[in-house]
Amino acid sequence: MRKSMKEKHIVEISSRELDKTVIFDVSGDIDLANSPTVRKALLREVREKRTPRVVINLSQVRYIDSSGVASLVEGLRASRDVGSRFILFGLSTSAREVLQLSRLLKIFEVYDNEEQALAG
Amino acid sequence: MEPNEDLKRGLLLKLQLTSNPSLLCAVRGAVERLTESLGFSAPESRAVTRAVDEALTNIIRHTYCGRADQPIEVLFHSVREDDPQSAGGLEIVLCDRGPAIDPEHMCLPALEEIRPGGLGLHFIRQSMDIVEYNRANGTNRLRLVKFVHLPQPDGNA
Repeated sequence: MRKSMKEKHIVEISSRELDKTVIFDVSGDIDLANSPTVRKALLREVREKRTPRVVINLSQVRYIDSSGVASLVEGLRASRDVGSRFILFGLSTSAREVLQLSRLLKIFEVYDNEEQALAG
Repeated sequence: MEPNEDLKRGLLLKLQLTSNPSLLCAVRGAVERLTESLGFSAPESRAVTRAVDEALTNIIRHTYCGRADQPIEVLFHSVREDDPQSAGGLEIVLCDRGPAIDPEHMCLPALEEIRPGGLGLHFIRQSMDIVEYNRANGTNRLRLVKFVHLPQPDGNA
């Protein structure tokens, strides 16, 4: 099942369910205008639905700002609170740069592609 | 500032916008194109774009407390540097009419103390060569400078 939520500020989030996993496909820019949308979707999946494994596909994300990074960190913290896994894959150069600059890259479970993320 | 004075200082671009987050993507696009045209490498271009975006985000969130109709001005000037290894650079001045910024908030805390919400200033300082703040006549001015770094003879940037 695929659900889609498109923001007017050039971000699109869709989700796919696979066994006990939900994969979020995010595309566009995650900035101050739309990071609340991303944050809300992630926290709902982790906190309310208690999905055992939440995977974020960032391969189509061109840009992430500090509020986007904060949203990912919140998702990670929530997953630790409920004992689920929170996985990122397909980081663009820009996304990898901001996570490295913040020295937060090492706290996330990161894979190059979806196959590796699901196998990890 | 008189227009002629701007030209003497190498004015490249002047943006006047409201504090609406939906405009951030347009500014990023303009900065990307401008830095590319000035000869910045791709990583340098991303760094400048990130710094401007984070500075605007800070103004919108913290200075204007999320109000979307407040004025912001961004001036882009070309600058020269005495260093012969530099091909010059770009000066960006962001002006807002919000309340004065507490200088304590301009100090970078230890990395371990950085909370996700406080990452913006960290990104700005990591991305730019010069970061200066001052306030005059009711206007906050954040000055950012990035120099174009020419490749070294051994191929290292």
